[in-house]
This record gives sequence, structure tokens and C-alpha cells, in this order.
Amino acid sequence: MEHPLTVDFVRWIVLLPLAGAAINFLAGARLQRDFGKRVISLVGCGTVLAAFALAVYAWAAMLALPPADRFMLDYLWRWIYVGKLRLDIAFWLDPLSMLMVLIITGVGGLIHIYSTGYMHEDESYWRFFGWLNLFTFSMLVLVLADNLWLMFVGWEGVGLCSFALIGFWYKELSNTAAGNKAFIVNRVGDWAFVVALYSLFTGLGAAGHPTLVIRDVAHWAPALAGMPGYFGMSLVTFVTLLLFAGATGKSAQIPLHVWLPDAMAGPTPVSALIHAATMVTAGVYMVARLNFLFSMAPATMLAISTVGTLTAFFAATIGATQNDIKKVLAYSTVSQLGYMFAAVGVGAYVDGVFHLMTHAFFKGCLFLGAGSVIHAMGGVQDMRLMGGLRKRLPITFWTFLAATLAICGVPPFAGFMSKDAIIWDSFAHGQPALWALLWVGAGITAFYMFRQVYMTFFGEFRGTHDQAHHLHESPPSMTLALVVLGGLSVVGGFVELPGFIGRFDPFGNFLVPVFNSPATRRVAQSAIENRGLEAGFGVLSLALVAAGWFLADLIYRQGSASFEWVGEIWGGALYRTVLNKYYVDEAYAAGPVAAVLETSRASAWFDFHIIDWIVNFAATLAVFSSWLSGRLDRYVVDGLVNLVSNLTLEAGGRMRRLQTGSINGYLYGILAAVTLALLVRAVLRA
Amino acid sequence: MLNSLAAQAIFYVIAALTVGFAALVAFSRNIVYSAFALVGALMGVAGVYILLAADFVAMVQVLLYVGGIVVLTIFAVMLTQGIGDLAVSNRAVGPGAGLAVVALAGAVMLYATLRTPWHLATAVAVASTTYGIGNAFLGVYVLPFEIASLVLLAALVGAVTISRQDTPPPADGAAEKGRS
Amino acid sequence: MGGGITLEHFLVLGLILFLLGAYCVLTRRNAIGILLGIELMLNAANINYLAFAFFGGARYDGQIFAIFVIMLAAAEAVIGLAVILAIYQNLRTIDVDATETLSG
Repeated sequence: MEHPLTVDFVRWIVLLPLAGAAINFLAGARLQRDFGKRVISLVGCGTVLAAFALAVYAWAAMLALPPADRFMLDYLWRWIYVGKLRLDIAFWLDPLSMLMVLIITGVGGLIHIYSTGYMHEDESYWRFFGWLNLFTFSMLVLVLADNLWLMFVGWEGVGLCSFALIGFWYKELSNTAAGNKAFIVNRVGDWAFVVALYSLFTGLGAAGHPTLVIRDVAHWAPALAGMPGYFGMSLVTFVTLLLFAGATGKSAQIPLHVWLPDAMAGPTPVSALIHAATMVTAGVYMVARLNFLFSMAPATMLAISTVGTLTAFFAATIGATQNDIKKVLAYSTVSQLGYMFAAVGVGAYVDGVFHLMTHAFFKGCLFLGAGSVIHAMGGVQDMRLMGGLRKRLPITFWTFLAATLAICGVPPFAGFMSKDAIIWDSFAHGQPALWALLWVGAGITAFYMFRQVYMTFFGEFRGTHDQAHHLHESPPSMTLALVVLGGLSVVGGFVELPGFIGRFDPFGNFLVPVFNSPATRRVAQSAIENRGLEAGFGVLSLALVAAGWFLADLIYRQGSASFEWVGEIWGGALYRTVLNKYYVDEAYAAGPVAAVLETSRASAWFDFHIIDWIVNFAATLAVFSSWLSGRLDRYVVDGLVNLVSNLTLEAGGRMRRLQTGSINGYLYGILAAVTLALLVRAVLRA
Repeated sequence: MLNSLAAQAIFYVIAALTVGFAALVAFSRNIVYSAFALVGALMGVAGVYILLAADFVAMVQVLLYVGGIVVLTIFAVMLTQGIGDLAVSNRAVGPGAGLAVVALAGAVMLYATLRTPWHLATAVAVASTTYGIGNAFLGVYVLPFEIASLVLLAALVGAVTISRQDTPPPADGAAEKGRS
Repeated sequence: MGGGITLEHFLVLGLILFLLGAYCVLTRRNAIGILLGIELMLNAANINYLAFAFFGGARYDGQIFAIFVIMLAAAEAVIGLAVILAIYQNLRTIDVDATETLSG
């Protein structure tokens, strides 16, 4: 830890995707026109897959180190040295960022390959891969950053790429609006993030250790204990709350979750990569990365776990009412991110990160499967128009089913290992209320996921005849990613078994050096250990999952109408509220957005009537003075100029007669002049 | 060395020949005669070089000037006009004015030449200079030497470019054959 | 010095050559004639170089300058004659009074 291993290959993991982006952006249009899309695919996928290969190499190198020393530093150059601030461009590879790098380049690489099939008909193929590569680069900077400012650069970079890719088909106004919404909502969180960094730097400076380098912050964090912050909070609480506010923006937690469902306007691979597997988990990653700070602020931890749990629950309920295949998955993502925050919020960082990883597998698979369905349906996303796709898209169906079982937490699929661990953690850390919500949320998850499976893949086809004729399985480039991710959804959880089955947790052991600060250990040790109770809760969860599955089966496969009364509770008000996403968007529209619009209108009025009047007055003055100076110019200045020019012309006309064009004449002149000069000199000497 | 009677006689003979040929260059009415007279004048100058113990320069003078430049000049004379076309070929304009200016310049320069107290060193022994010049060219003067070669190359290319006839390529092979 | 041949002898010889060349340049209308005059003047200058070298002691410097002058004279003659040929091809004359296309 004191002397991290210095290496020089980590930079290439980051720079390769950047090179891909540069090639695609700078030469992509020409390459695509002259050599076809194959070259773009090669550059786009090749760079990311090469980065993945390097990441695997780095992983092997890391495993060769003793567990306590698994840190690597790749220092590139000095970045900002101002006053006491010392920031470098340097990459810090520890087990946590190693895991993230493997997910980003591995799952990302698969999604790149998938995109070659999905986006094949698109004219702006090169632009898509340019942004995708740039996103990979930004995300890698985010997770590998050695200091918090560099992390923020990546944080903003992924936001930019997300914005550009949501609005990728920018000719539709709604797509660009969705991109804007994502960007603006994220701005709120980013603002909090920046303020948090300032406060943290100031606080550490007051403690005598001004730094933003993450490992140094970790080292000096205990010095912040007891330092007063603002608004009556301690500094650590203040900073961590703001950081968490930043995370709610990036990771779509209540109340900043509204952008993520709209972000489904982007191409489906983008939804899979950015809005399911990687970018939206940046908030979770950040909290886990800065666990030494968060663990010192119990109030923040409580806020995080509460917000995460509420998000997990309410997003799940919304997901159960949506009909758009991607919207369901979007709310599911919000909900699963809520689970992760609930985990890190109670101090179970390892389980949060574990769920992050398994979620990347199964949610990536689900989105790609949905993309495959949309591809086959010719762009239709409404599940009410689907049905019976099981036989026409067998690979998509089976992988989708595997991922569904994983997300529902059916053993032995990956989601069971990670999600049940989270649900148990919430209880083990003394939060039974949160446990209850998470538990019910798991049941709702099972319900909406199987609802989706049944509406999409079972029953009779409900679309048009043309669509039925057009249905086909996707090309191998797309199914490859489905199969790999589906397989990982099945087996990806075996790296960390629940405590009541047996002590087998290489995943947790791998991450131990990251979660090793005194505060984090204290939080982790506060959990109760009770194998029997844990197993019992597991069974409870399974029971509820089975109930949700059964309910979905009853309603959406067998078509039983005996549950119509659910939509009629309170005169249908409950159903309408959930269907309309608890009117959060409307509340925003009536609150902040309306306020901004009104202010803009008032400003516009002020601008139009007051400022414009002043401007017009100034303009009139300017016109008058111009007229005056024009007169002056024409009669006084021009007169002088004309005088000079006429004089020059006249003189030139006379002088030109000297230019005879006769060489001999010139030679006479030269010789006579030289002689004269000699004469004058001789006379002067004499 | 130059004080012996024989040396004086040789100097005066060479000087007279040189000046005579030079006068012919300047005053001849026929450009062909002028060109041939230049050969004589330059040979005379080469003789003067030898008197000044510059054997290598004298050889260069003969080879380059007499053998190269003058032949080139004569070629140009032949190429540009008929030899017999004497009247237009070498017309001299304003001999009076020319003589007057030249005489004035000459008087001034002669005055300067004779009145200047020249700084003289003791005469060095006469020996072959080729070795020394060669050393100097590849030693102290190597950069000017290389630049001069570049200038010559540029002149070569330039001359070819300038004098190339810009006639359109022949339409059929007949003209090509005729030219060769 | 008695009847010895001094530096002045050579200088005067150079002077005469120079003046003849200058006269040639001044009065000729034929471009080749002008070129011949220039060659004479260059040779006059060379005589001065070598004379100064011989009587001044520093032999090689003067001689090397003379060789450079000869070299450049060759270059100048080549270019000059090429120009004259080009003029002749265009105007069918090499009378310098006729080449006044650029005259103002």
C-alpha cells in the first residue's frame, strides 16, 4: 500500500478505446464510405477487445501479487499543480477498479460486437462506434482515476456520451429531448458532486493534508472525524450526502431517477451498455470506492439505504404497469440500482458490488434480448403487440429466460446469490423496515419480469401479418453476446455463495483490501450473524418470488381475468398513479421546470421591453454618430487622401519616362553613378 | 623574378596582345569576330595569370573559358542569326557618349590606382599551387565550394528549362523522325 | 624599383580590360555582345584578384576567389545564353531595344 507497484500497461487499457474513438470520429466517415462498415467494426470492437485482453493480463498480474499488495499505479504526467492542489494524470488499479475494468471492457466488448449486427443498417455507423468507444474510454477513466478530479472528468465524459447516444437518432425531436433531460438532470447531481469535492479538499486542507488523490484521502480520512461542516452537519456527513446526491443523478435514484426511462430512446445496445451495465452503476462504484468516507457518516448511510430501498420498491411497482418492453427493463434497472444502494448503504459494500457485477450480466442480457426482439419486430417496442416469439427466436428466448430467472433470484442463478445477500444484509444491519420493502420488491420483480416473458414470448402473436412474416432470429454477431451474457447470468454468481450454504467467497476475499479502512470494518462488524435466520429469509424470498411468478403466469399466460379488481382499487386511482410513475415527471413539470420557465418568460419580457429599448436607443445614437463621421470621412479625410493619391499619380506619370527599358541606358546610369561616387569621395578626401 | 628583362618583355607582349584582342571585342562590327577575339583576349589573360604564378587558375581559365564559355557563346551566335547578317548583328549605338563615360570612369580609377599606397608583402617563392588550392577547397572553403556546385546544378537545370522549345508534341511520328 | 614590373602594371592592365568591357556593354545592342563585354570585365577583375594575391602574400585566397568568379561566370553565361535563345525563339531578334514588352 505504501509503495504500490508501478506499471506502464494500464494506460493502454484506457488509451486503446480512445484511439478507436479518435479514428472513428476523425476518419470514420471516409473509412465507412471507402472501405465499408467492416473497417469501422474492426476499429470499434478491436480496440475494446484489445483493452479487455490487457485487462485480463492485468488481472493475472494482480492475482500474482500477495493479497494485501494488490495495487498498481500507472503514472502518466502532472496535470494540475496549483497552490496546494496536486493532481496527476495517473491510473490506480486495485481489486475494485480491476473488477469494473473487466466488466466495462468484457461486457462492453460483447455489446460492441452485438452492435455490429444491431446497427448494421444505420448510416451513421461510424458515429455510433465513435461515441461507444469514447464512452468506454470515459468509463475507464472514471473507474481507474487516481484522484477525484480525474474521476470527475470520467464522470462528465460518460454523461456526455450518454447524452449523445440517447439522442443518437437526433432527427426525432423526442430523442433529443430525452437526451437533454438526461443531461440536465445529471447536471443537478454533478453540481452536488463538485461542491462535495471542494468541501472535501477544504476540509482535508484544514486538517493539514490537502489532497484529492483517493488513496491519500483514504489515508487521512480519519483526520476529518468530528470536523464541523455546514448546516449543522459534520463535514463528513455533508460531503458524503453531496456525493450521494451526485450518485442519485448518475445512478437514477429517487428523486433524480426520471431521466433513465426516457433514456430508452437511444439505440438498444446503448441502453444495455450505458443505462444498465456500466454508467448507471458509477454511483454505486463511487460510494464503494469512497467507502472509508461513507462509513464514517452513519446519517448518510441511513439516507443511502433508505433512498435505495424506496427506489427499489417504487420503481418495481412502476415496472409492473409498463407496456413498452424497454421501459419495463428501465424501471427494473432503477429498481436493481436501488438494491445496490441499499446494500452499500447498510455497509455491505461487497454485496453491493457483487450485485453490480451480476446485474451487468443479466440486465445486459435482458436489454440485448429486448433489442433482438425489437430487431425482429421491425422497431415495435409495445409488448401488447408481441407474443409467441418463443418459437421464432429460440436463442433470444432461452437467454432471456435465463436472465429473467437470474434477476428474480431463483437459485442457482447469479441474481439469487447477490440479491438475496442484499436482502439479508438489510436485516442483518438492523433495518427490518427496509428488509420488508426489499423483500416485497423482490416479489414484484418476479411478477413484472415474468409478465414480460409471458407477454413477449408466450401466447399467440398479436402483431400484423407482415411482422409475423418478418420474424427471424438475429444474426450470430448478436446472439453471441446473448449466449455469453446468458451463460454468465447462470453461473456468474458462484464466486460468492450465501453464508448458510458454505464459506466460499473468493469474490469477497478479492475485494477485501479495498474495504479495509477502520470505519468500514466497524460498520461491517456491526452485522449480526445467524446462519439459520439467513437461510430462513432466503426461503421467504423464494416463496414470494414463486408467488410473483405464479401470479404473472395466472394473469398473462393463462389469461385469468380474476385480478381485474386490482386496477379498480380506490376507483382506479392507485393503478393510474403507478401507471403514471407516481406523477413525478408531472411534479417536476409543475415545480422546478415551471419555475424555470416562468423565470425565463419574465426575463424574456424584461429583455424584450427594457433591454431592447436601451439597445435601440444606443443603436439610434450610433446611427447618428455614424452619419456624422461619414460626412467627415467623405469630405475631409477623403479629400486629403485624394490629394495625396493625385500627387502620386502625377509624379509617377513624370517619372515613368526615366524607365526607358533600354539596358544600355541603365548601364550608363550604373557606371556614371559609380564614377561620380568615386569622384565625390576623392574630392572629399582631398 | 619579374624584374628580369625577359620577364618584362614577356609581360608587355602579353599585355599588348590582350588589350588588342579586347579592343577588337569591343569595337568590331561583326559579332563573330568579337567572339573569336574574346578567345584571344582570354588566352592573353591566362598568360598574365601564369606571370602571376597562378598556374592552376590559368589552366582553369583556358579549359573553362576558352574551351567552354567561348565555344558556347559562338554556338549561340550561330544559332541566333545568320553570320552574314552583319549590319544588324553588331550595331553599336552612341560610341561618343560611351567613350566619354568610359574615359571619365577610367580617369578616376587610374587616379585611384596610382595614388593608393598599396601594402606589399615580400614575394613568395613560386611553386605549384594545385595542391594548396585543392586543400583549401576541401578545407576552409568547403561550404562555398559545395554551394557553388549547387549553383552550377541550378544553372544547368535552369538553362534547360528556359531554352526548351515549347512546341506542341508532333501529331504523328514523321516529325519525330525528322528531328532525330 | 627600376624597370621592374610592379603591382600597378597589372592593375592598369586590368583597368584597360575593364574599360573596354564596359564600353562594349554600353554601346552594344546585341545581347550576345553585351555578354562578351561582361566576360571581359570579369577577367579584368580576376587579374586584380591574382595581382593582389601575388603581391600581397596571401596566394590561395585570391586564386580561389578567381576560381569562384570563373565558376559563376560559367553559370551566368549558360543562363544568359539560354535567355537569349528563348528571346530569339519568341522575337526572332536579340536586339535588346526590341525586348521592351515589360517597359512602362
